[in-house]
Amino acid sequence: MDFDLTADENRFRDEVRAFLGEHLPSVEERSKIGPAFFLEWWGKIREKRWVGFDWPKECGGGGGTIMEQYVLKQEMLAARAPALGRDYTGLGWVGPAIIQFGNDEQKTRYLPDILASKSAWCTGYSEPGVGSDLAALECRAVLDGDEYVVNGQKTWTSMAHTGTGLYCMVRTDPDVPKHDGISCLLIDLASPGIEVQPIESFAGDHFAHLYNDVFFRDVRVPAANRVGEEGAGWEIICSALQRERSGIAEVNRHHEALERLFKLAAQSRIAGRPALDNAELRCRLAAFDARIEAARLNGLRSLTRQVHGENTQSDSSINKLHNCNLLVEMAETGMELLGGASPYLGDTEASLYKGRWQIGALGWPTTVIGGGTPNVQKNIIAERMLGLPKD
Amino acid sequence: MNFGFTQEQEELRSQLRRFLDERAPMAEVRRLSETEEGFCRTLWKEMAELGFLGLTLPERYGGSGLSWVDLVVLLEETGRSLLPSPLLTHTLAATALLEAGSEQQQGRWLPRLADGSCIGTVALLDDGDAPRDEGVALMGQPDGTGIRLSGEKRCVPDPEVADFFVVAFRRGEAATDLGLAIVEAGAPGVSARAFPMIDATKRMGNVELDDVHVSPEAILSSPAEIASTFERLLDAGALAVAAEMGGAVDEALRITVEYAKQRIQFSRPIGQYQGVKHPLAEMYVDAESFKSLVYYGAWCFDNRPEELPRYASLAKAYATEAFVRTGIDSIQLHGAMGFTTAQDIQLYFKRSKWARPMFGDAATHYERIVTMRGH
Repeated sequence: MDFDLTADENRFRDEVRAFLGEHLPSVEERSKIGPAFFLEWWGKIREKRWVGFDWPKECGGGGGTIMEQYVLKQEMLAARAPALGRDYTGLGWVGPAIIQFGNDEQKTRYLPDILASKSAWCTGYSEPGVGSDLAALECRAVLDGDEYVVNGQKTWTSMAHTGTGLYCMVRTDPDVPKHDGISCLLIDLASPGIEVQPIESFAGDHFAHLYNDVFFRDVRVPAANRVGEEGAGWEIICSALQRERSGIAEVNRHHEALERLFKLAAQSRIAGRPALDNAELRCRLAAFDARIEAARLNGLRSLTRQVHGENTQSDSSINKLHNCNLLVEMAETGMELLGGASPYLGDTEASLYKGRWQIGALGWPTTVIGGGTPNVQKNIIAERMLGLPKD
Repeated sequence: MNFGFTQEQEELRSQLRRFLDERAPMAEVRRLSETEEGFCRTLWKEMAELGFLGLTLPERYGGSGLSWVDLVVLLEETGRSLLPSPLLTHTLAATALLEAGSEQQQGRWLPRLADGSCIGTVALLDDGDAPRDEGVALMGQPDGTGIRLSGEKRCVPDPEVADFFVVAFRRGEAATDLGLAIVEAGAPGVSARAFPMIDATKRMGNVELDDVHVSPEAILSSPAEIASTFERLLDAGALAVAAEMGGAVDEALRITVEYAKQRIQFSRPIGQYQGVKHPLAEMYVDAESFKSLVYYGAWCFDNRPEELPRYASLAKAYATEAFVRTGIDSIQLHGAMGFTTAQDIQLYFKRSKWARPMFGDAATHYERIVTMRGH
C-alpha cells in the first residue's frame, strides 16, 4: 500500500498542471467566450491526445496507463475543466466497443470523429417492455441482402434529438435463447424511417428534453455496420455497461456537493434553531462524509485491481449502488434544509439558490436508474461476489 | 499509487488464517470464552513466537518491525475468528510505549511485550467512551518527583489478565494538560475487576486506583508532547477496533451467505429471494467500504499522521454503523435458528455489541468529523 504518486506519475501530473495553467481560461472568461470555448478547448486537448486518453495509440487514443488516466481526470476536475471531449458516449463505451469488437473499416470510419468531437453517439438499449431485463429486447433486425431492416422502438435514448449515431442493440434471431439472439448495429440517426420523440420527465424544465423514444419503420442499415458477429450483442452490452456504470460511479463531485450542504446547513434552521446545532443533522452530514470517502477509496482499490489485471467486473456495481444512495439522501437533506422554500420549482426568488436544490431532488433518477437500477446492482453483487443463486 | 496488499501481507494473512483455523476453531473459541482468564496462555506464547505480539515493534526490542497495514491484517484475522485474547489492547499498550516512552522505558517493557511474558492494556478514558480529552478527570497529584492517583477507570479492556495499565491522568485543568503513566497491576492500591460480558470472547471491567504511587520512571513522555500522543493513541484504538470489526463483518457475512445457500424454504434456497440477497449485497458493500477507510487510516498512521484523526474517525464511525446493522440483519436472515446458541452467527452479533462503544461510538466520531471540518 502506497498512496504517493511515483516519480513518473508526478512528472505527468506536473505536465497536466502546467498545461492547464497555461491554456485553461477561468470560469468567468469561458462564459464570455461562449460555446466557441469548448470547441477550441477540445481541439487543444486532442492535440495532447488526452481525448480518448484511455484508448490504444494505434486507434488514435493516448494509450495512457490506468494511473495516468486517473491523474489526468483528477487534475481536470480540480481545475474545473470541461469533460475530456464532446462525445461522452462515443468516448466512454461506443468507441471502446468498436475497438474491442469492431473491424478495421469501422475503426477507420467512426473513431476519428469521436476523437475530434464531431460525432455525438447515443445508446439504444431500453424498450417500452424492457428495462432491467435487457436481454429480452425485441427491436427486430432482419437481414435483406447486404442490409438489415430494423423495426421496433427504443426508449430512454439520451440526446437522440441532437445525436448523430445510435449504437443500438437489436434482435437478429428470435429462435435462440434470449442472450444469444442479440446483435449490435451502428445506425445513422438521419436514416429514413427513424422518428425521435421527446419523453417528458417529471423533473421539469431543467430536464425537459434529455430522453427520447426512437421509432424504427423499415429502417435500412448496412450489414457492414454490425459490430462483432451476429448474436454477439450481449457480450458487447456487458462490457459497455461496466464502462458506463463506472462513469456514473465516480464520486468526484460528491465532496463539492457535501460542502454545499454544509454551507446550506450553516444558513438554515431546524425546528427554529440553527441547523448545525442539530445533533442528528451533524451525524447525518458526517455519515455522508464517511460514505463519500469510502467510495473514493473503493475506487482507488478498484484502480489498483485494474492495474494488476484482476477482475473488476463487479466493482462498478458496488460503487454505483453506493453513490446512488448517497445522491438521493443528500438531495433530500438539501430539501429538508430548504424548508418552506423546498416545494418551489424553477429559478425564482421564492425557490432560493436558483432552484438548484429542487433540481437535485427531482433529477436523481437520471443517475440512479440510468445504467441499471439499484436493485439490479444488488442482484449483480449478490450473485457474482457472494455466489448466491440467480432468482 | 498502490491500494493493495503486498505479497508478504497476503502470505501473513494465509499464515494467520491457517494458524487460527487450526489452533482456535470456533469450538475452542467457545471453550476459551468460558474459562476464567478468557484466553489461552499456551496459544499466547505461540503467537509471541510467531511474532504476532510485537508485529509493529522495532526488531531491537524483539518485534517484527512491520507497519500498521500489517497490523490490520493481523487484527482482521483475529476479528474474523473471534479469537479471545488481549492482543488488541496489548498492542495499544505497546504502541503507547513506542510513541511516548523513553528509551529506558521502552527497553524495560517492549521486549517483554513482544515475547508475551508480560501483558499490557490501556486505561485511557475514565468511562471508556467519553469524547477525547474531556474524558479524563482522574487527577495526578504531585508527590515528590512522581504522582499519586486516586480514582477509577471504567470499561478497561482485559483488566484482570493485564500485568500493567497505561493510565491517562490529568495534570491540570486545561483540556490538553494530560499525562500517561505505567501502573503495574500488582502495585499497592491497584485492584482490577472484570464483569460479565454480552460478548464473552472479550473481557472488560474497572480498575480502582487507591492512592497509587507512580514513580517518575513510570511516567511517559514530556507534558508538551503528551496531548498529541494521547489523541494518537485513541485514534490507534479506534482504528484497531475497526480493523477487527472488518474481519468479523466479513465472517458474519460469509456465514450468513452460506446459510442462505443451504436453507430451503418454499422449495428454493432462501438466498434466491431478493428479500434475502439484497440485504446481503448491502452488507457486502458496507463491509468493503469501511475496510477501505480502515486500510487508508492504517497507512496514514505510519505515513500521513496529519490525516490519521479524520480517517480513524471516519473508519470507526462507518464500521460501527455497518457492524451493528450486519449483526442484526444476519440474525434475522437466520430466522429463528439465529436465536439459538447452536449457531455461530450469534457470536458475531454479540461482538458488534462490544465493538460499538470501544474507542468511541458512531455519534462520537461523527461529531468529531463535523468539528474537524470547522463547524
